[in-house]
Amino acid sequence: MRQSRTTKWILGFYTLGVFLFMHIPLAVIVLFSFSDKRVLALPIRGWTLDWYRQMLEDERLYTGLFNSLKVASTATLLATFLGTLGAFAVMRWKFFGRNVFRSAVVIPILLPGIVTGVAMLSFFGTAGIPLGLATVIIGHATFGFPVVFNMVNARLARLPRSLEEASADLGATPAQTFRRVIFPSIRSAIIAGALLAFTLSFDEIVVTIFLTGKDNTLPMEIYSRLRFGMTPEINAAVTAILTASAVLVLLSTWFSRKA
Amino acid sequence: MSAALSFTAVEHQRRGKGFWATFLPPFLWMAGFYLVPLAVLLSLAFQKHEYVHIIQEFTWENFATALSPAYRPALIRTLYVASAVTLVDMVIALPAAYFLAFHAGRWKTLLTVLILLPLWSSYLVRVFAWRIILGKAGILNWVLIKAGILDAPSPMFVYNLFSMGLTLCYIWLPFMILPLVTAFERLPRNLLEASSDLGADGFATFRRVTLPLVMPGLLAGSLSVFSLTSGDYLTPALIGGPGDSLVGNIIAGQFGVASNYPLGSAISALVLAVLFVLMAILAKKRVLESF
Repeated sequence: MRQSRTTKWILGFYTLGVFLFMHIPLAVIVLFSFSDKRVLALPIRGWTLDWYRQMLEDERLYTGLFNSLKVASTATLLATFLGTLGAFAVMRWKFFGRNVFRSAVVIPILLPGIVTGVAMLSFFGTAGIPLGLATVIIGHATFGFPVVFNMVNARLARLPRSLEEASADLGATPAQTFRRVIFPSIRSAIIAGALLAFTLSFDEIVVTIFLTGKDNTLPMEIYSRLRFGMTPEINAAVTAILTASAVLVLLSTWFSRKA
Repeated sequence: MSAALSFTAVEHQRRGKGFWATFLPPFLWMAGFYLVPLAVLLSLAFQKHEYVHIIQEFTWENFATALSPAYRPALIRTLYVASAVTLVDMVIALPAAYFLAFHAGRWKTLLTVLILLPLWSSYLVRVFAWRIILGKAGILNWVLIKAGILDAPSPMFVYNLFSMGLTLCYIWLPFMILPLVTAFERLPRNLLEASSDLGADGFATFRRVTLPLVMPGLLAGSLSVFSLTSGDYLTPALIGGPGDSLVGNIIAGQFGVASNYPLGSAISALVLAVLFVLMAILAKKRVLESF
């Protein structure tokens, strides 16, 4: 690839612009979480950590956060289990309708959340299942499943079959082969899929609006407050979550590089 | 569990316990919690609605209402807003993903994390941030007045088709960039070198070698962005103008305040029909596997 330096520089500046576009709104959120005015407008005259103190004392934010963590972790576990199994089924066995199954699996992430939401709402209503965090978990697991499936499926497809055959030839049992050959090579794909499923679930609101009962997840709690306008306290909460997840991911990238 | 995970060549043909153990759980989940709900939704679309009651009687009425002048504008608006957002995101994402895959060097991991970063904050708050930027008392107005371009704050930047479109492009951009970065990364470099050795200039190589090879990723990203945009109703509600509602707003209204499930289902069915046609076209190009 011999590209002129000019092309490279133009591309570089363009990319810089794209990243600015993606991050200026985040910068705005972080900035106003430290402003001592309640009004979210420039200029900022004084700085404060008051909103963080208020956030830490806010019981309803904690309840929302706790519910969101509960929903996201349960849904992610289910999605990871189902997605990994499904990827194996498609990869290992030829069966009638395999291609249909494989295409149908991705439908929940391809259809807009609102369709998933109203379909499940109608279904739970018809079946007489009461709405609550459990129905939210079912909804989230259903769109998390294809996320994990795709990651694991893509990795399995590139895994040379000869590795397993070699392992079997050397006398390993199927369980040993799985544990010592297959699993290590798909582990990072499973983790990546689970992380993405967790991310999508943690911030999900469209499906949640239709499927939740009285319990609010964090996005639902934020939504109920946004009707009266944004508060610096929400900025503080979002900044805190953003920092926590960025630190976690940077740490995990750092560790996985060391390993 | 060990039976489920037997990996000898023979087993590939012979389905046994292993097949059922791996296939059944995801299949039953999908069927029970996704396909059945979709079927329930579709069946509602063909039932009568009177006051708040659903009458189990076959009718096309809901579809006629859905396509009537009361709802048609929102359907058409959704089609062109979603197409425009998809196109703009494509233009934004292609060069950036290319740069990331080929020239980012040691910054690549950091930049990839940065693409994901917005997804860890909050969708709602990010939409709201644009209100802080574009609003009448917003940052953009402040900057323009400081720069002497405007004399007084203008309300023209927010609560209209522009602010809605811009925010939609922003919100769904990561779903275009990520599959594109993956597609560029999987590109065999030697093909590009071969093309250049055979005398093709940079642009010809891009158009005739690179682009066709990343096409599945590009189409996968486009399908995601199109679908996410056409189902979004919180962005139009939070930052669009009063007349800018998309089909999602109407569906949400029918399943909410209006409590007319059959009409809401019929409109959802129309959305499903459009997306299924798109998917069927793209499935032929093996796009569905590159998500």
